[in-house]
Amino acid sequence: MSCNCSQGSENKELFNELGEFISSLPEQNESSLIQVLHRAQHIFGYLPREVQTYVAQKLNIPVARVYGVVSFYSYFTDTPRGEYVVQVCMGTGCFVKGSGKVLEAFEKSLNLKSGETSDDLKFTLSGVRCVGACGLAPVVIINEKVYGHVQSEDVESIIENHLVETLS
Amino acid sequence: MRIQSVEELQTLHQNNQPLLALRRAEAYVGQERIIMVCGGTGCHSAQSKELKEALAEKIKEHNLEALVDVKATGCFGFCAEGPIIRVFPDDVFYVKVTPEDAEDIIVEHMKGGKPVERLLFTEPSINEKVPTMHDISFYKKQLRIALRNCGIIDPEEIDEYIAAEGYLALAKVFGMEPEAVTKLMTDSGLRGRGGAGFPTGMKWEATRRAAGDQKYIICNADEGDPGAFMDRSLLEGDPHSIIEAMAIAGYAIGADTGYVYIRAEYPLAIERLEIAIKQARERGLLGENILGSGFNFDVLIKYGAGAFVCGEETALMRSIEGMRGEPFNKTVFPSERGLWGKPTSTNNVETFANVPIIVNKGADWYNSIGTATSKGTKVFALGGKVSNVGLVEVPMGTTLRELVYDIGGGIPNDRALKAVQTGGPSGGCIPTEFLDTPIDYESLQSIGSMMGSGGMIVLDEDDCMVNIAKFYLEFTCEESCGKCTPCRIGTTRLLEMLEKITSGKGTLEDLDKLQELSEVVIDSSLCGLGKTAPNPIVSTIKYFRDEYEAHIVDQTCPAHVCKDLLQIVITDKCIGCTKCSRVCPVDAIEGSVKQLHVIDQETCIKCEACISACPVNAIIMQ
Ligand SMILES: Cc1cc2nc3c(=O)[nH]c(=O)nc-3n(C[C@H](O)[C@H](O)[C@H](O)COP(=O)(O)O)c2cc1C
Ligand code: SF4
Ligand code: SF4
Ligand code: FES
Repeated sequence: MSCNCSQGSENKELFNELGEFISSLPEQNESSLIQVLHRAQHIFGYLPREVQTYVAQKLNIPVARVYGVVSFYSYFTDTPRGEYVVQVCMGTGCFVKGSGKVLEAFEKSLNLKSGETSDDLKFTLSGVRCVGACGLAPVVIINEKVYGHVQSEDVESIIENHLVETLS
Repeated sequence: MRIQSVEELQTLHQNNQPLLALRRAEAYVGQERIIMVCGGTGCHSAQSKELKEALAEKIKEHNLEALVDVKATGCFGFCAEGPIIRVFPDDVFYVKVTPEDAEDIIVEHMKGGKPVERLLFTEPSINEKVPTMHDISFYKKQLRIALRNCGIIDPEEIDEYIAAEGYLALAKVFGMEPEAVTKLMTDSGLRGRGGAGFPTGMKWEATRRAAGDQKYIICNADEGDPGAFMDRSLLEGDPHSIIEAMAIAGYAIGADTGYVYIRAEYPLAIERLEIAIKQARERGLLGENILGSGFNFDVLIKYGAGAFVCGEETALMRSIEGMRGEPFNKTVFPSERGLWGKPTSTNNVETFANVPIIVNKGADWYNSIGTATSKGTKVFALGGKVSNVGLVEVPMGTTLRELVYDIGGGIPNDRALKAVQTGGPSGGCIPTEFLDTPIDYESLQSIGSMMGSGGMIVLDEDDCMVNIAKFYLEFTCEESCGKCTPCRIGTTRLLEMLEKITSGKGTLEDLDKLQELSEVVIDSSLCGLGKTAPNPIVSTIKYFRDEYEAHIVDQTCPAHVCKDLLQIVITDKCIGCTKCSRVCPVDAIEGSVKQLHVIDQETCIKCEACISACPVNAIIMQ
């Protein structure tokens, strides 16, 4: 997604925030790259081209180097994510307790494939690796909230309740 | 604030004893109590934070602030029963506590002096309530050394850690020659808990000897095995012990900087670690001239970004340097040339957790625990089809049977145990005939699996072993960094063959090819990821060949998992209610009212909608 001009000024603020973070670092070079990308993704929600270019300039490294790192690490994404990020744990503990079916149920219910974001940028669905709460397997996380012992039958009501709760 | 000398630290340790007094007093009969609420991820996710707040509120409401305190602590390990709280000094253990239970706990227990019966754990074997932690069978065979402070101290308070002998080991090594410290580790028999089991003392000694003014310590907290959470719980429950151990290692090898490489997916562990580092710096336990010894050491945090291969130590170093995490050839050991080309020693979180207590209690104490070749304890994340899912720490040499049945409480829902998977994506599946194998590095390897970092997944008769192998291959295939061909192409081909088999298109020839190609990938990959990726296939073919053959020859999946080999059928339980035919999206079900319905297999898309629609459970997958 390229710059949306109605958000131009907001965008500028975000770039300023990132710029300040970079200046505050002890070293402005390649060794800070991953740290900077983490912050950038936190600020922008994802890492669009212009942000990667900006980071490359600030750290004085080729854009290709930045892109190489972004594409290597699955935590980084260069496409925007939805307002609600639904993560279904696909770690072994959850997998053997049926998280595959839970993911399928979300796919059906949200009409998205794992890894996709809806066109209206409302939902992103993804499978993730063990979140360290295997005692609650299968685990689903929507934004920060953790749902444990999820069965495919629960999926509809989880989505509904989550929307109701976060809207109120 | 700053602790200037070893003597000052020892005085503080003495002065801090009252902080833990209630938690140690077994015979105390007064009215004071402390409630420890589990603040580990499992319980945290299950509302332990709200629970702690509710308890604090009720304490206030009932004017008990002078008598009752509530605190967060690290993981108790009994995650399936969370949120968990433990009350001292009467040592009462409550399970599955919700914020709504706070009122009863405060009124009945804190005021009335009687434990809340309904919140106690019910021991399934005797169907009786068990009030204290050490009477619960889950804990009886455990020995908590690495986890010694989890569930006891508040991880966000350095004074509690100091009361629990914290930083005394660091003070002690300042009175020793660095060489004596590495020797102490060698004598203790401590081996790396990150997977490979390399002797820690040897690694430290090699790095100590390496020439160079600048050296580094790395703590590997990448915890890549999906289904494992030992390192996470240690960092959340006892972060200071890791910091202290890194400083000890730094002193031993001559490093002034340590990096903790931690997964970005572990926000709570990162937060606790940051708090701990800040506190340690304020007290002068990190920084310059620690305790007046002249030794300088600081710890910095570096975040991972979701790449399994970055748990491999050379890839990890690349990642800390800000690059793509691709492994490099270890022709020169990292102890000679590691991070930024400087001598570097990397250890796993759990390895570090053992270090301070070894320094305090001595090598002989430690190597008296465990087996001939594997000393001490191992923490396992016990998961899958076992009643007591959680974190367990047992002496090396404990058998799988003890882990699964005595500690794990057996298999739920009357299912039969099929296998135990250890070592995660690098490990193998151990069939039931080896249940009495004592767990140590060598014996697990001899039966085709490995210790790994401690993930232990129990599988029952409903798990298809071909599908499990496929699950791990999907993982390694996706995580291969792509640097070397045998791993990149090899794992893809292996996965394709497995997919062929689970979809019923496999041939017996594929089975031979799977084995051949597995060997090639094992022999010719550059790093541990590729060298171990085929292990789940090799071990399942070795022990569960019949399941592979069933998929290929009989075109069935014995565990009823692989959908392509199954049919949805209606049994004669059908009462002809027509509910199923109404929900079927593709009109595959024929039959009139009160008649047995039939599914047209050609049309059925196996969506399973009819299964849940049927009121008499007449529709099954077989
Ligand atoms: C693909 C791969 C992934 C690994 N992941 C981890 C990990 O997540 N955590 C870890 O401590 N060690 C991991 N290791 C092992 C490390 O390379 C290294 O041996 C270990 O951190 C050394 O510490 P130790 O001697 O204390 O075990 C991994 C190895 C490989 C090949
Ligand atoms: S074995 Fe796999 S993960 Fe390791 S270097 Fe080769 S391609 Fe990368
Ligand atoms: S599984 Fe789905 S498609 Fe097949 S018969 Fe049942 S409802 Fe119809
Ligand atoms: S496997 Fe899902 S939380 Fe561990």
